[in-house]
Amino acid sequence: MVSCGHFEKSVIDKISHDLLLFFGFPLAVKECSLDLGSFYNPTRRQYDANMILKAISELTSPDAIKTIGLMRVDIYIPILTYIFGQSILNGSAGIVSLYRLRNELYGLEQDNNLLTERFRKVIVHELGHAFGLIHCHNPSCIMRSSTYVEDLDQKNLDFCFKCKTELDRRLSAYRT
Amino acid sequence: MAEKKVSILVVDDEESVRDSLYNWFIDDGYDVECAENAKQALIMLEARDFDIILADIKMPGMDGMEMHRRIKTLNKEPIFIIMTAFASVDTAVQALKNGAYDYVTKPFDPDDLSHLIRNAASHITLREENKSLKERITTLEDVDDLIGESEGMKQVLREVESVAQSNSSVIITGESGTGKELIARAIHSNSPRKYFPLITVHCGALTESLLESELFGHEKGAFTGATFNRKGRFEMADGGTIFLDEIGTISPKMQIELLRVLETRTFVRVGGNKEITSDFRVICATNRDLKSMVKNGIFREDLYYRLNVVNIRIPPLRERVEDIPLLVNHFIRKYCKSMSRDLISVEPAALNHLQKLEYPGNVRELENMIERAIVIGNGKEIKLRDLPMGREVMSSSIESLDDLEKKHIASMLDKYNWNISRASKALNVDRATLYNKIKKYDLKKSDR
Repeated sequence: MVSCGHFEKSVIDKISHDLLLFFGFPLAVKECSLDLGSFYNPTRRQYDANMILKAISELTSPDAIKTIGLMRVDIYIPILTYIFGQSILNGSAGIVSLYRLRNELYGLEQDNNLLTERFRKVIVHELGHAFGLIHCHNPSCIMRSSTYVEDLDQKNLDFCFKCKTELDRRLSAYRT
Repeated sequence: MAEKKVSILVVDDEESVRDSLYNWFIDDGYDVECAENAKQALIMLEARDFDIILADIKMPGMDGMEMHRRIKTLNKEPIFIIMTAFASVDTAVQALKNGAYDYVTKPFDPDDLSHLIRNAASHITLREENKSLKERITTLEDVDDLIGESEGMKQVLREVESVAQSNSSVIITGESGTGKELIARAIHSNSPRKYFPLITVHCGALTESLLESELFGHEKGAFTGATFNRKGRFEMADGGTIFLDEIGTISPKMQIELLRVLETRTFVRVGGNKEITSDFRVICATNRDLKSMVKNGIFREDLYYRLNVVNIRIPPLRERVEDIPLLVNHFIRKYCKSMSRDLISVEPAALNHLQKLEYPGNVRELENMIERAIVIGNGKEIKLRDLPMGREVMSSSIESLDDLEKKHIASMLDKYNWNISRASKALNVDRATLYNKIKKYDLKKSDR
């Protein structure tokens, strides 16, 4: 995991627990050496997720199975106004941002526990894509597409049976 | 059966837009491809179909609007969605007027994009369902057209029922207009293949090369005018039935080709090299005597026996006159409904006349007569004068020259109280002539 910005140890611990639980691989954390300023788009006042993702992919260490970049900045892709996270299907990397997950952005009271839970859900979701899973229609499954924070809150931090089975099938290829 | 993936073609000159949309849709499980300009998109569309096309309105070379116009000429009906910047909303509105499904302004809200594509996918599903239901309704209506209580028709219906469940080839014989295609539809609609297409080919209407391309399909560039790949009728009939009407008209070369396809159920598109397999049932129809054509060496014997597993002969209308009143009522109901008119009756003289005709054009001829009579009639009852030849029949019964003469002489005799001298003077003939006419027409005072 490449962290671009400071993330509390308690949050990192929870993410580490999730990754071991769902994917069965340990987490290695690395500080981000990227200058995010070079991905800033002054017109949109946002950061280009495609470019960051490309840069993160290049930072992947040889022993890493997948790399996930954690951001605090507002990220976008050219056609969308914003995104929570981005990864390449079956690819080696993904990125996730806290920015749009904060309650304060929507005029609600700050809630750090909820923020952490949303962040964990987006990370597991994006890694699901990186392991080849597509969006799921099950409303409680972590792989359901979420375009609003309310969507994130509705789904569980868990895979449905169908996605779990498919994920296990795909993970077995890595274990052998 | 696996659910068919909705396919999306993204057309945009900006690589970042194409990649972003590609990744977004791939995550949603769609079948996605990208083109960097309209020209490339059109080439891709010739090779395969897409359910949804998401195209930028402003692209170098051909713009999105022009591309949409060209797609329409390819006889394809994808859902076309325009992507535009705020500055070109007016153009996007114009695109909607030209038949685009919707437009989105860049950048889009992620939720808007998801909704738009989901709605477009539902639209596709509904369109497919609608098409399939319409086809089924048409089929059911057509099967309802099988009217007849005569022993000949009952026998045909019994044969249809028994042969429908099998997979055997059928030849339907009968004069022109007896309803051979209806029988083919009835067999298909009652068969296990009924949820798959019934594909009809009128062999007699096509030249040998056209028929070949029609049946087997063709690859782009196979001949002049073959500007895109096209599926053949055998391919379209996969899972269903192919109905080859006027089979007796096909050339010896096509007979060999057809025999080969029937034996292997595989074929190659004209100009292609890929072997295609299709699972279809064959029903043929002809108004010719295939057996004597075989004897005369005009029709291949092996093909005849392959096709002629079951033979259903439809009797001509003159052999089932008792069905005419039923058919007349059926066609009155059919055409009054389609013309939104109240049901009308038939005067006995008209029905009597209809039962005496020869009908070389069989049921089709009767149907046309009824349709015409409803159009030109008074809207309450079909009268003898509304039928072809009916007016002549009416005239011949009361207005022949002899009839007129007899009627006129009788009225003059009556007028002059059978005074022969006065009547002959009024008629300007001599008495002897008048006597002869009275004798000829057997006129008597009591006649009046």
